[in-house]
Amino acid sequence: MLSIMPNIEDKTRPKISGLSRRAHIMRSLTCIVPLTILSLLVLTAIFAPWLAPHDPIKVSMTERRLPPVFMEGGSTKYILGTDHLGRDVLSRAIYGARISLSVSLLVIAITASVGTILGIAAGYIGGRTEAFLMRFTDISMSFPPLVLAMLLSVILGPGYITVVLALSVLGWAPYARLIRGEALRIRNSDFVSQARVSGASPMRIMIKHIFPNVINPLIIVMTMAVGFMILAEAGLSFLGIGIPPPDPSWGSMVADGRGDIDRAWWITTFPGILIGMVVMSGNFFGDWLRDKMDPRLRQL
Amino acid sequence: MTRFIIIRLLQTVIALIGIAVLIFVMVRLSGDPIDLLRSATSTPEEIENLQRQLGLDKSNLEQFWIFATGLVQGDFGESLLKRRPVADMIKDALPNSLRLTVPAFVISMVLALALGVLAATRRDTFLDNGVKFVAILGQSIPGFWMAIMAMLLFAVILEWLPTAGMGGPDHYVMPVGTMAFFMLPGMMRLVRSGMLDVLDSEYIKLARIKGLPERIIIWKHALRNAIIAPLTTAGMIMAGLIMGAVITEIIFNWPGMGRLMLEAVYARDFPVVQACTLLIAVMVLGMNLLVDITYAYVDPQIRYEKS
Repeated sequence: MLSIMPNIEDKTRPKISGLSRRAHIMRSLTCIVPLTILSLLVLTAIFAPWLAPHDPIKVSMTERRLPPVFMEGGSTKYILGTDHLGRDVLSRAIYGARISLSVSLLVIAITASVGTILGIAAGYIGGRTEAFLMRFTDISMSFPPLVLAMLLSVILGPGYITVVLALSVLGWAPYARLIRGEALRIRNSDFVSQARVSGASPMRIMIKHIFPNVINPLIIVMTMAVGFMILAEAGLSFLGIGIPPPDPSWGSMVADGRGDIDRAWWITTFPGILIGMVVMSGNFFGDWLRDKMDPRLRQL
Repeated sequence: MTRFIIIRLLQTVIALIGIAVLIFVMVRLSGDPIDLLRSATSTPEEIENLQRQLGLDKSNLEQFWIFATGLVQGDFGESLLKRRPVADMIKDALPNSLRLTVPAFVISMVLALALGVLAATRRDTFLDNGVKFVAILGQSIPGFWMAIMAMLLFAVILEWLPTAGMGGPDHYVMPVGTMAFFMLPGMMRLVRSGMLDVLDSEYIKLARIKGLPERIIIWKHALRNAIIAPLTTAGMIMAGLIMGAVITEIIFNWPGMGRLMLEAVYARDFPVVQACTLLIAVMVLGMNLLVDITYAYVDPQIRYEKS
């Protein structure tokens, strides 16, 4: 329907007028800038122990709520200041990158695999299997995620695994829905009928013929989920049902500074800016990728 | 059509039963409420008495039967902690939540329609790019952080608004604003993309050829069709709205459903958690059902084929 149009526009646009050239540059910027930020995040997460100037969980009661370097009373020892327990905000933010990134990637790996398998099965097999799986999907999508996370953190105790589980248990449903739709569309195409006529088993058709054709939308949705999952982890940690203290999560750092907002704004402000920047990069990159790979999915 | 509605209704009921069982089991897995209610000096007899009073001495199956039959009769049981009927607690909390949710929903809906349509009709202009940017910004910045920053600016620095709690009209500004901030970006994007699809269609071209004023084409013919497609995501929007409401209520210390629920989870107040969760599930499932039926009515392709 709209699948070819944007590509044609892309190719012809820079040659027509100056304004379009600017639009073209803007569009590639929405790819380059986010990619740079995301790469920096990955590098920060990997090399955190070498980058962080201090121990992120070391408490120093004599150096509580020190302002950042550019304010009066700040020192170069603590560039972004210290929190209510005298811990270095910069070091905590650097280590926080590890948690944000690893939680979101792990959750995406789990949810995308489960969702894809169930989605292809539902879309290709159809009938009762499909009805059952889709009702199951509906239930998962209407279960409030926050309630589940709260219950899990009470049952299992707050922790890394709990967060990953809480985000994964319901997170597969949107993938299943999307992939089922794609599988339904592909099921009726000629090459699948051809394979069926040649005697390919349903398993073989699903793996060799349907799966390769759902990879594009899958990658797009996975990319768009990076930001969302980072935001979700931060939200859970903010509410105190995510990563337990003293481990630094950006969300719990925001929560730590909540009570001190009138005297130590930097504790809350910096991690929030970081979350916003990273999530925005993920969203912009996801949008760019979608426009490039599959504009049909624009509504996602 | 009747067949479709009946099947869909049955499925919703089955889903609800599934959720009820799930919640019942999960809440009980989360620990024994007696641990939190008894004092350190309680004798075994006192604990037994407490269990009998609260109906926790019965087997799980019996407890579920009481829970399920109560539900059908509209009885949600009694809070273990406050010893009040859960229905009364919800009656107190729900209006407070609605006082935030309804204005926030109306504000963001109006803004989303206006901005989404304007952006779509002026595609690739400054306005369109601005709307797109604001939408992504809104979906990227954590709402809880935004709310705290608003507190810092308006309550601490400028001292224009109260920090938290319920009270006069000025107490509503920040919570409602925060919730609207949670909802607006998603809605705006949906309206915009729906409009873009519709504006490409043949019947809009026909309306233009007929010489209808652009105003009528856009706000009447196009918009009506543009908001049908986003309707399918209404259930997900609801779920997001609830999440936003919980966080807003907790940050601004608002005595609504969200706070009731979070406190009940920590206190292992089973009946309250069950009732709140079920209520939310009913709202989301009901919304999905309504949307599906409307959708099938409007677009016959959706209806189930006779199998």
